[in-house]
Amino acid sequence: MSTAAETVAARRRVEALWRIESARIVGALARYTGDLALAEDVAQEALAEALVNWPREGVPRDPVAWLLTTGRRRAIDTFRRRAALDERLPQLDTGSAPERPDDTDDDVLTLMFTACHPALSREAQVALTLRVVGGLASDEIARAFLVSTATVQARITRAKKSLGAAGAGFETPQADELGARLASVLSVVYLIFTEGSSASSGGALIRFDLASEARRLARVLARLMPGENEAHGLLALLELTSARFPARTGADGEPVLLEDQDRRLWDRSTIRRGRAALRSAERIGRGLGYYGLQAAIAECHAVAGSVAETDWERIVALYEALGTLAPSPVVELNRAVAVSMARGPGEALPLVDAVADGLADSHQVAGVRGELLRRLGRTAEARAELERAVSLCGNDRERTVLTRKLAALD
Amino acid sequence: MKFMLIMRATDETMAAFENVDFNEVIAVMGRFNEEMINAGVMVGGEGLDPQDPGVVVDYSGETPVVSDGPYGETKELFNGFWMLEVASKEEAVEWAKRAPLQGPGSKMEIRRVTGVDEFPQDNEWVQKEKVWREQLGTA
Repeated sequence: MSTAAETVAARRRVEALWRIESARIVGALARYTGDLALAEDVAQEALAEALVNWPREGVPRDPVAWLLTTGRRRAIDTFRRRAALDERLPQLDTGSAPERPDDTDDDVLTLMFTACHPALSREAQVALTLRVVGGLASDEIARAFLVSTATVQARITRAKKSLGAAGAGFETPQADELGARLASVLSVVYLIFTEGSSASSGGALIRFDLASEARRLARVLARLMPGENEAHGLLALLELTSARFPARTGADGEPVLLEDQDRRLWDRSTIRRGRAALRSAERIGRGLGYYGLQAAIAECHAVAGSVAETDWERIVALYEALGTLAPSPVVELNRAVAVSMARGPGEALPLVDAVADGLADSHQVAGVRGELLRRLGRTAEARAELERAVSLCGNDRERTVLTRKLAALD
Repeated sequence: MKFMLIMRATDETMAAFENVDFNEVIAVMGRFNEEMINAGVMVGGEGLDPQDPGVVVDYSGETPVVSDGPYGETKELFNGFWMLEVASKEEAVEWAKRAPLQGPGSKMEIRRVTGVDEFPQDNEWVQKEKVWREQLGTA
């Protein structure tokens, strides 16, 4: 009755609809049942039913209502089964079942908070967020993280059990814990982005575009929590970093350092959006946070025509602020690099030495020291440091860059 | 993936809209835009002035010929566009279907936006970059 091509087309339409609607559907079902794990289960069952029925019988006139009704019916069945086993369980009030997702903004936000619940490990938070907020299937998440589908399924199953064990329910956090809970959500979105942006260009064709999904999630968050400067700060950071993607790898897929990137390849419209988000973060008037400061640094690069024209003193100041807010050897190392660009390698070298203890076996420290020594004309010492960096570096592509620097010393 | 949703209309479409309350048009468009913004997929968009048909520059001949807007020639004009960042073409199509458009000749065209990194590797810019990196000793 339908050709293979029609079946594929109908399936792809279901998947597209699910991408758009899953957060609202799962959110509405979780609100209805008070149980995200159950909501996710029944939503998946509804989706599975749609994938079987719609290619055969056509897509219903109101697909969202269909999915929600089917999911709701499954939830009622589950509650009845449970109640039959244990009569102490309350009956679900089937009269108040939603026909359409309502109050969807609140539901989507609660969904994000619940998926990033502190009872879950970070990797479980990431997997659950991509599943329930992003609408990704297990095999898509698996491909994106280069793990097996079974591993992803196990992570999600475990996550749902942990939510139940922690009595997480489906509620927005109380005011006193909102800050910490929001930090967790932002961190998950940032992790999804960094995973996506470190994807090799060759593999990117088959890997789900996690960086793009992270940008979408950050936009959703900034809309849902317009008063939180870090929601805007994160969005700004993701946009401004993404803008450089077209220039970050060369023709052979090898990484191109920021200083060597062809800035004409940077995506101007993405830069514009990133800067707009940064202005939104600033307008809140509470200063910039961890993500906002990094976005401000990215903005310094984005608006500079070249390395030489970059406002390195401003970058130094921003790294100082970042180091005060979130002290880390990596931030100190980046500050040292900025100082070397602003005031020369001589002033930067002691700063690098000061962080060397915190990052003793890091190829990055050795790499930066080598570069500074080279610029100071201390070639023999530079060679020793770069050789050390090469031996410490675990990443093939970064090692290639270091080897080239080493070869260029001759 | 980025897609451009291009709104197209004919004189007939515009005529059918003449009796519709403009505030109502703004309201339904606003709701559609808000839905896409809340979903985090809308990254840009503009509307084009329906009152002023603009001008057309025709490059068919040796020198460009300028004439008044598309009216009377193509019978069809672009009304505006949205830029969406979505995971698939099907997703872009689903959003397009939700646009509050109707009436004779009213259409939406959905086109994928190419990125500069998709340019062929023998592109002049990429070539220049290679030379540049050689000069800097990083290639």
